Amino acid sequence: MSVLQRGRPVLLGVVGVVGFLALWQLATSLGWINANYVPSATDTFAALGAFFANPDYWAAIGDTMTTWAIGLSVALVLGVVLGTVIGLSSFLRRYTRTTIEFLRPIPSVAIIPLAVVLLGPDRDSSLVIVIFATFWQILIQVLYGVADVDPVARDTQRSFGIGPLGRFFHLVFPTALPYLMTGIRLGATVAMILTVTGELVIGTVGIGRLMQQRSIAGDYAGSYAILVTAGVLALAINLIIRVIERRVLAWHQSVRGEVLV
Amino acid sequence: MSVSETRLIKLPPKKTRFPKWLRLPLEWFALPILIVAAWTLISTIAPNPRFPAPAQIGQSFATNWLNDTFFSDVLPSLGRLGLSIVLAILIGVGLGVLVGSNRWLRELLEPIFEFFRAIPPPMIVPLLIMVIGGGDGMKIFVITLGSMWPILLNTIEGVRAVDSVQKETARSFQLTGPERLTFITLPSASPQIMAGIRQALSVALILMVISEMVLASSGLGYRIEVFKQNYEYAAMWSIIVLLGLIGVLLAVLFQIAERIVLNWYRGLKEAERA
Repeated sequence: MSVLQRGRPVLLGVVGVVGFLALWQLATSLGWINANYVPSATDTFAALGAFFANPDYWAAIGDTMTTWAIGLSVALVLGVVLGTVIGLSSFLRRYTRTTIEFLRPIPSVAIIPLAVVLLGPDRDSSLVIVIFATFWQILIQVLYGVADVDPVARDTQRSFGIGPLGRFFHLVFPTALPYLMTGIRLGATVAMILTVTGELVIGTVGIGRLMQQRSIAGDYAGSYAILVTAGVLALAINLIIRVIERRVLAWHQSVRGEVLV
Repeated sequence: MSVSETRLIKLPPKKTRFPKWLRLPLEWFALPILIVAAWTLISTIAPNPRFPAPAQIGQSFATNWLNDTFFSDVLPSLGRLGLSIVLAILIGVGLGVLVGSNRWLRELLEPIFEFFRAIPPPMIVPLLIMVIGGGDGMKIFVITLGSMWPILLNTIEGVRAVDSVQKETARSFQLTGPERLTFITLPSASPQIMAGIRQALSVALILMVISEMVLASSGLGYRIEVFKQNYEYAAMWSIIVLLGLIGVLLAVLFQIAERIVLNWYRGLKEAERA
């Protein structure tokens, strides 16, 4: 009974996916949607299968993941360092607030033309927009996290004469870690969106550019196969980060609480 | 002579470096002014056409945006953005409440929804252009579709997490469906819904620009392309200022909305903390 109940969501989920694929197949073969531009599910997956033997496809995925990984890492380092420095000082926190609140909402696509003209249509331009967008996500979370330190714990540590380094590693860092993980999770998604945007709009190498080339060439099944690829990649990234989050925060109430229930 | 003596101890005067009324404006404007001043200084010492002085950017901002283009390009873009966000909220919350309150439906649809949400929304732009062309409809569709998922999935999650005691109480008090929705489900899911809307806003703004960069003859994204092709540096910087202002405007509007919607929630949090 319990196995059946635990298996139910998985089973229903599979039914949902299969149902969606069937609906897609039906919609294209019965002409509910324009079959000239929207390929059927079987055509799309056939194109996806053909891609698996195509080295260009794997190279495009590699390029996309490279841009994504570099962008996220640089944003992470910048966000953590600046967030910690600003967050720990009430003076800096107060005096940088308006500047951060004004710069943060700038959509990074606004920087695209300038980045392209200054850096050329290479990976560098894409990296600029990826880093700009991701940096704010992480910075804000680190700022919140560092500011969330329990005052009683801080005063206790101070009266026990624990030095600034010890305070940082035993109090500030553990307090900020759940926030940081949230920042990384949000940042990873944003970084993926802007990596692909850079490939589509700027023309940096990767799956976005490959998809655009395919759709201009009229290979719609291929384009949709790449769309599916992008979804799978983003989903995989999301799952991996959630697993890491669980591991890293195994000691934290938010994770322990879930295990108990 | 009394046994005890009362003495007044004079406290040393408090050191105030700045008068109190000046402190807040100083906190707000000191760094921005410093940045603009440093930028102006550098651009006068070593002029670089790629990094024009703030005054030049301001001038370009005025000549490029504060005239007819405001009505022909900026306002239509903002209109499409606003309409799409409203649509995304309506669809996301509506569908989310429906799916979230039915366990069976939720387990059936959640994996598919998670997959759709994972697809980076800009990728659907070139494909949608094929099917429905590059008109207003396509742009609104793209922005709505791309920004809908975070709202939808957060609503499902929020509706699912409604306190079961509240739900059962409402049922035993025989509250009707619409009553349960307005007094129990929506309020208790609202923190999650607002978090979803906040994520949706930044995605919507990105999609607004991208949908106009491809196959458009007006709008902000189109202007961006024109400036890029003509190497108008000051104009390109003015776009950053304009889109930044739009972003700030959206953030402020969102904060006002959040304050109204989540008023009860903030009070609760503060009470818990006190």
